[in-house]
Amino acid sequence: MADYLLVESRDPFEYADTSYFYQMAEDLCKAGNNVTFFLVQNGVLMARKGISNDAVARLRSAAPAVKILADDFSLRERAISADKLADGVTSAGVDALVDLLAEPGVKAVWH
Amino acid sequence: MTTSGDKTITIALMDPPYESGTTTTALRIVDAALRKGINVNVFAYEGAVNMTMKGQAAHPNPVKGTSIEEQDHPSSSRFIAGLFELAGDGPKLDWVNCGLCVDERGAGDWIEGPRRGGPGDLFKMSQESTNTLIIGTR
Repeated sequence: MADYLLVESRDPFEYADTSYFYQMAEDLCKAGNNVTFFLVQNGVLMARKGISNDAVARLRSAAPAVKILADDFSLRERAISADKLADGVTSAGVDALVDLLAEPGVKAVWH
Repeated sequence: MTTSGDKTITIALMDPPYESGTTTTALRIVDAALRKGINVNVFAYEGAVNMTMKGQAAHPNPVKGTSIEEQDHPSSSRFIAGLFELAGDGPKLDWVNCGLCVDERGAGDWIEGPRRGGPGDLFKMSQESTNTLIIGTR
């Protein structure tokens, strides 16, 4: 088992290839790995409630053990308040990202 | 500032300044790491070598009618100078600009702090780091 930090900076409305990144998170989790999925920049647009074709909801359903975090700075920039966050998404500061990056053995991937 | 022993993270950054939110995010990561006492290596390549150019100038906003002072326009080089100041004598900030990329762009006149290097530096940094984050543009 390995620890993965997947950083998603893009949103599916602009980049179709985000689906592969969400799928990778699901597959890594199902293979028994610890996966943190960190949404940042426009990636946090998927952290909102009520989105149709909801990639975050699908990921949560398929791989509930994936920890989904959303960058608080990116959320504030986009006026996404805590009450608008989708279930299962936790607002987190960049400190949380750095803490994970500073853990030996964590495999970090940016998209 | 807390200390985190001898931990080091390496970030490879490709985005040029003023084009995407990635620049801001990367600088926020560097800032947070330094504040935690974590050493940081940055390997800037392709357009990212323009981030440290000394000649970056603030400008007024004629649409809003604001002056240079009122606008207080942040530049990437000022941010990075601030990061070197933050690091001070504490955690190490090693910022390497890819020399080939610098030469292609005529981007050699940069602020104090960064040094010239090459892809071999990224390999060495990665080998010696706790972790490496490669941030590409595509």
